[in-house]
Amino acid sequence: MNAPETTRRDLLCTLAGCAAAAVAGGCSDFTHTEFFRSHFKELSEDELTAIREKIEAECKTKYDKDVTVSNTPAREGVQFAYALDISRCVGCRRCVYACVAENNQSRDPVVQWIRVLEMDKEKGIDFEHANPYYDAETVPRPGHFYLPVACQHCADPACVKSCPVGATWKEPDGIVVIDYDWCIGCRCCMSACPYGARRFNWKDPSLPADQVNANMHILGNRPRPKGVVEKCTWCVQRVRDGRYPACVEVCPVGARKFGNLLDPSSEIRYVLDKKRVFVLKNELATHPRFYYFYGL
Amino acid sequence: MKFDIARRLRLAALLAGLALVAGACGRHESSELDLSAGWVPGPDAPTSDSKLHTPPPPFSEGIFPCSECHEADMPVNTKRRELSMAHTDIVLKHDAEHRWCLDCHDAADRDSLHLASGEKVPFEESYRLCGQCHGDKYRDWRAGVHGRRSGNWDGEKSYLLCVNCHNAHSPHFAPIKPEPPPPKPERTP
Repeated sequence: MNAPETTRRDLLCTLAGCAAAAVAGGCSDFTHTEFFRSHFKELSEDELTAIREKIEAECKTKYDKDVTVSNTPAREGVQFAYALDISRCVGCRRCVYACVAENNQSRDPVVQWIRVLEMDKEKGIDFEHANPYYDAETVPRPGHFYLPVACQHCADPACVKSCPVGATWKEPDGIVVIDYDWCIGCRCCMSACPYGARRFNWKDPSLPADQVNANMHILGNRPRPKGVVEKCTWCVQRVRDGRYPACVEVCPVGARKFGNLLDPSSEIRYVLDKKRVFVLKNELATHPRFYYFYGL
Repeated sequence: MKFDIARRLRLAALLAGLALVAGACGRHESSELDLSAGWVPGPDAPTSDSKLHTPPPPFSEGIFPCSECHEADMPVNTKRRELSMAHTDIVLKHDAEHRWCLDCHDAADRDSLHLASGEKVPFEESYRLCGQCHGDKYRDWRAGVHGRRSGNWDGEKSYLLCVNCHNAHSPHFAPIKPEPPPPKPERTP
């Protein structure tokens, strides 16, 4: 967010220039579309601080809680990636609820970023017959395996390309984020995402005051308004401080791994070097940074 | 002259095509990652020889130290048998056909375990004992890939001992109750 500063004067001059070019029937090589594409999502430090303070004040009024909204930027030399061992996942959904608690998702209507799919061992990975609504006394159920799916943080994300207003983008450390203030709620990204990873706030999200996680990030788990899209951010408020995402720490079978792809001694590199790894819907060439593997 | 223009047009089209191809290649490269790019680990990042932080072993209440009951002058019966006086709650489902207590527990030093070589291993480092047979899991666990880790992806991490998750006497995971499923989407009337 440290782009060259644009003044109101620059903006007006550009608009005037475009108008003049249009009137003259000429073809300017610097149109207003280009201008907005390169400038509209940049905020100055002061503006950002003002916004963060406003959100903090709103949370104080709404939940009577002191929250911190950070805007910790991506670190140099870090490219995040995630790996999930499907030979170990038992489908217990602990990750789903840890995610909800950490990321201040709406409790009613229910918004969950992780969806655990139950699949038939005989059919293999088959999204057509996957069941996210399974309920059982105990898991794993015989003859089934489990595939948790959330945002794949693709290197070439279809959702980002589909957003008409540029409200979602890929951060320098590989996290795909959403600007909830800029999102217009058109849900183009939801239909573009091949993994069904995005959620829409159809109603005002409800969040009990005693369950608010006060450690927030402006691009992550701060409370969202009605009418915007949200999704997994790999717990940006945690991982930019060096911590593991909530789902990694809660998984009772240790199936979830997270780390820096550029660090040769990281767990994630160990998985990529030594395990049989695959990505979902490889043929779509979205290049997910979320790898599934067989740890056995 | 006319011919010349046509040739020029064709050349322009060719160049445009080449530019398109080059553009496409460029885009493809951008989604590939250069893994050799610089990453400098933080000062508290663990190295391969740094000590592993593991929690204390999950002893049942009042069971440790074992020597409290197994006193030094207590006769040691090293004969393989079904236990009837104590520890009757322990069900051995861990290659029971070939093994029994004293293959892992030390008969001479009751508060210790031992490796196949006879080397004594404290309960705090029981992973070395497990690693004798489960070498692949041990290797993965040391790298942080088998089992759960918490803490920092770029710094201090805490491990769990094998026995924090697996009951040493019956290591297979018991099935657990799942959390409730998400509600099915409502149908609009």
